[in-house]
Amino acid sequence: MLDFPRWKVLSIWGVLLLGIVFALPSLVPERVADQIPRFLPHARFNLGLDLSGGSHLLLEADTADVARQRVATMEEAVRTELRRNTPRIDIGEISTANGRLSFMVRDAAQVDAAVEKVRAMTQGVGITGQRDWDVAVVDSTRIVMTPTQSGLDSAVNSAMEQATEVVRRRIDELGTREPTIIRQGASRILVQVPGLQDPQALKALLGKTAKLEFKLVDQTVTPEDLAAGRAPIGGQLLPYPDNPLGAKVIAVQRRAIISGDQLIDARQSYDQNNIPNVTISFNSEGGRRFARVTQENVHKPFAIILDNSVISAPNINEPILGGSATISGNFTVDSANQLAIALRSGKLPVALKVIEERTVGPQLGADSIHAGILASAIAATAVIVFMLVTYGRFGVYANLAVIINIFVILGAMAIMGATLTLPGIAGFVLTIGTAVDANVLINERIREERRRGRSVVQSVEHGYKEASRTIFEANVTHAIAGLIMLVLGSGPIKGFAVVLLLGIATSVFTAVTFTRMLVAGWLRRARPSEIHI
Amino acid sequence: MRLLKLVPDNTNIGFVRIRHIAFAVTALLTIAAIGLVFARGLNLGVDFVGGLMVEAKFTRPAELDRVRASVDRLGVGDAQLQQIGDPNTVSIRLPLPTSTDEGATNAVVKSVQGALTREYPGVMFNRAETVSGKVSGELIFNGVLAVMLAIIGIAIFSWLRYEWQFGISTAVAIIHDVLMTLGFFALTRFEFDLNIVAAVLTIIGYSINDKMVIDDRIRENMRKYRKMDMKTLIDLSVNETLPRTVMTSITVMLALGALLLFGGHVLRGFTAAMMLGIVVGTYSSIYVSSSLLISLGLDPQTSAQKKPAASAVSGAERIGKREG
Repeated sequence: MLDFPRWKVLSIWGVLLLGIVFALPSLVPERVADQIPRFLPHARFNLGLDLSGGSHLLLEADTADVARQRVATMEEAVRTELRRNTPRIDIGEISTANGRLSFMVRDAAQVDAAVEKVRAMTQGVGITGQRDWDVAVVDSTRIVMTPTQSGLDSAVNSAMEQATEVVRRRIDELGTREPTIIRQGASRILVQVPGLQDPQALKALLGKTAKLEFKLVDQTVTPEDLAAGRAPIGGQLLPYPDNPLGAKVIAVQRRAIISGDQLIDARQSYDQNNIPNVTISFNSEGGRRFARVTQENVHKPFAIILDNSVISAPNINEPILGGSATISGNFTVDSANQLAIALRSGKLPVALKVIEERTVGPQLGADSIHAGILASAIAATAVIVFMLVTYGRFGVYANLAVIINIFVILGAMAIMGATLTLPGIAGFVLTIGTAVDANVLINERIREERRRGRSVVQSVEHGYKEASRTIFEANVTHAIAGLIMLVLGSGPIKGFAVVLLLGIATSVFTAVTFTRMLVAGWLRRARPSEIHI
Repeated sequence: MRLLKLVPDNTNIGFVRIRHIAFAVTALLTIAAIGLVFARGLNLGVDFVGGLMVEAKFTRPAELDRVRASVDRLGVGDAQLQQIGDPNTVSIRLPLPTSTDEGATNAVVKSVQGALTREYPGVMFNRAETVSGKVSGELIFNGVLAVMLAIIGIAIFSWLRYEWQFGISTAVAIIHDVLMTLGFFALTRFEFDLNIVAAVLTIIGYSINDKMVIDDRIRENMRKYRKMDMKTLIDLSVNETLPRTVMTSITVMLALGALLLFGGHVLRGFTAAMMLGIVVGTYSSIYVSSSLLISLGLDPQTSAQKKPAASAVSGAERIGKREG
């Protein structure tokens, strides 16, 4: 008991010193932390949104939308591919109902050729060799393509990866500080932006898919067809909310002249009347195509379509050759700027919806921090005084352990880059209360052993030995509860669990090992015949 | 210096003697708690029912009726108002708008904030939360799952570590603690949100900590005094650990008291739950889990035989003796 080899003493002090060195950058103001010599750690633990203020958004992708898009894309591809086939394969009665693509091959002799062609368009998924579409022939001439689950999963997965990237680009464009953007589960993205007060702009930005298309306006359509909602052949009807002619729909050709994929830049600008608009530039291929189509269609109108809704439908006054164009519409500076950001950051492969939103004002966050610090300080003082009057010298050791424990927890949080949340502060205060439990157990045990008539050294030795077992068991069960919170809890609760678990781990070290070293040192030096405990 | 000793040496309180009365009281209280939860229901926050919440801080104490009237005039659904923290701060809870349109929720938040700003210039909006029904369902599921896993995990641990009786008695005691906490929330109508689930899990953690200390002592004494009657043995163990129980609950209560008074209103429900949990957990260590050990038929002699079973030879010897 009294023997503490030098290496053990050194390593205990070493660990404690490390804890303090790592905790320091988080405890001093940022300005001071920046002046810490380079060889010392700089990492600070993060403040959760409930302390720093800011916005938390949980976005969910509409997976059904991904499925719909896939069927639509496949329909387009099948039409083109079979038309290009030599000899051309004619199909009809195309249906995309129930998430499946089914069509009839007009010439029964071509069914096999069509199946072969279509099969070649499917792809293998993963290592199982399963295809992303099942192709079947029904009623001898009808081909039915059903998406497989694994095909859909992989499509959702890649759409989500792309969406996360787009979300990141759009938030970066807003110039916000250190946003957190994490994919969660199969179809969710978590966005946390510290300091952001009004998430409306962010939500508006993320809510836009920003799928931009330029299509020629179909002028063959009669006003009667338009009113009845009948689309012309090869065309489609799209909503046009700001149509100066009054009708809220417009007929356009199905084929797009050019799409946002060929865009390289988009900026908010002004037209000659000082009305905000958006100027976009295409890449060289897109620019060439745009030039060709505008040359062929001078004096005809084309529609600028964003997310399947027409923004404006200007006339092509002259061929547009420079590879850039302006989008004018009913814009304010803000909305034009938002559109420009959305366009430059690329289109979202899938629509995202906000399913959870939490915003905390900076005032409340600051209040919470102050309250948390005050409560921690008072809790620590109360506990320290109480331990001192109860256990005397042994109380001092226990208190030293608690204080160092606080530093070690903070240091560990800084190393891990953990996030301190408001419940985390509660966990902290609670840790102060429970960390002394180990010392209480030990000290009470020493008291008991003394009463039974053991010598001072033996009592201390026994006290530590017997209590250690109890402490271990109690902490394991406590940690079970903490681990479950860490795994199942969300946001702030995770923050609480982190502090709780760290506190459990470090308190065993400080309350048992560290105090034992202090007590042993004292016993060796003073050789007391009686102890006050 | 004379040191403080809250529990005198050689205290011997007959805890076990009144266990039948305690059982009856515990059973009654637990039933009352369950009844309260069903009859009054929990005041579930937006985390669990979905909806939106706006926290408004007025420049002077808010008259809830007037604020309610201004929100009701907007026709955005049935508003629930609650004063939180200081008298100036009010949380306004509203159901999610029926329209699933992206902007609908924003519009509601905006219109509430707009109306209040018009009527109470200088009002500040400190917090706004929106949780969709889908997410709230998952949060409930995760919360319940977490509590159940914690109970099961801990019961299994103490069963493996000691005898099966310890596993059952601890599990029953924790369920008791959880039910009492829920009853407390049904009674006080404090808002039950995600943080409270964390509080419940912490109560479970603390309570189990407390039970482990006593269980460990019971186990130790069972090895020491093989002939002792179980009731006496439990009384002895509880009394021996009593100084520690008192000390630790006081230190934790001191810490929580600081948090309750100075920790700000966001944590108030959490802290209140924790304080109650400490009391309930300490009580259930003695009168639920330890007393239950007697009813479950744990006694030093049968369990003492289990120990040497690890070595085959001595185990065989004992079996022989018993048959003889």
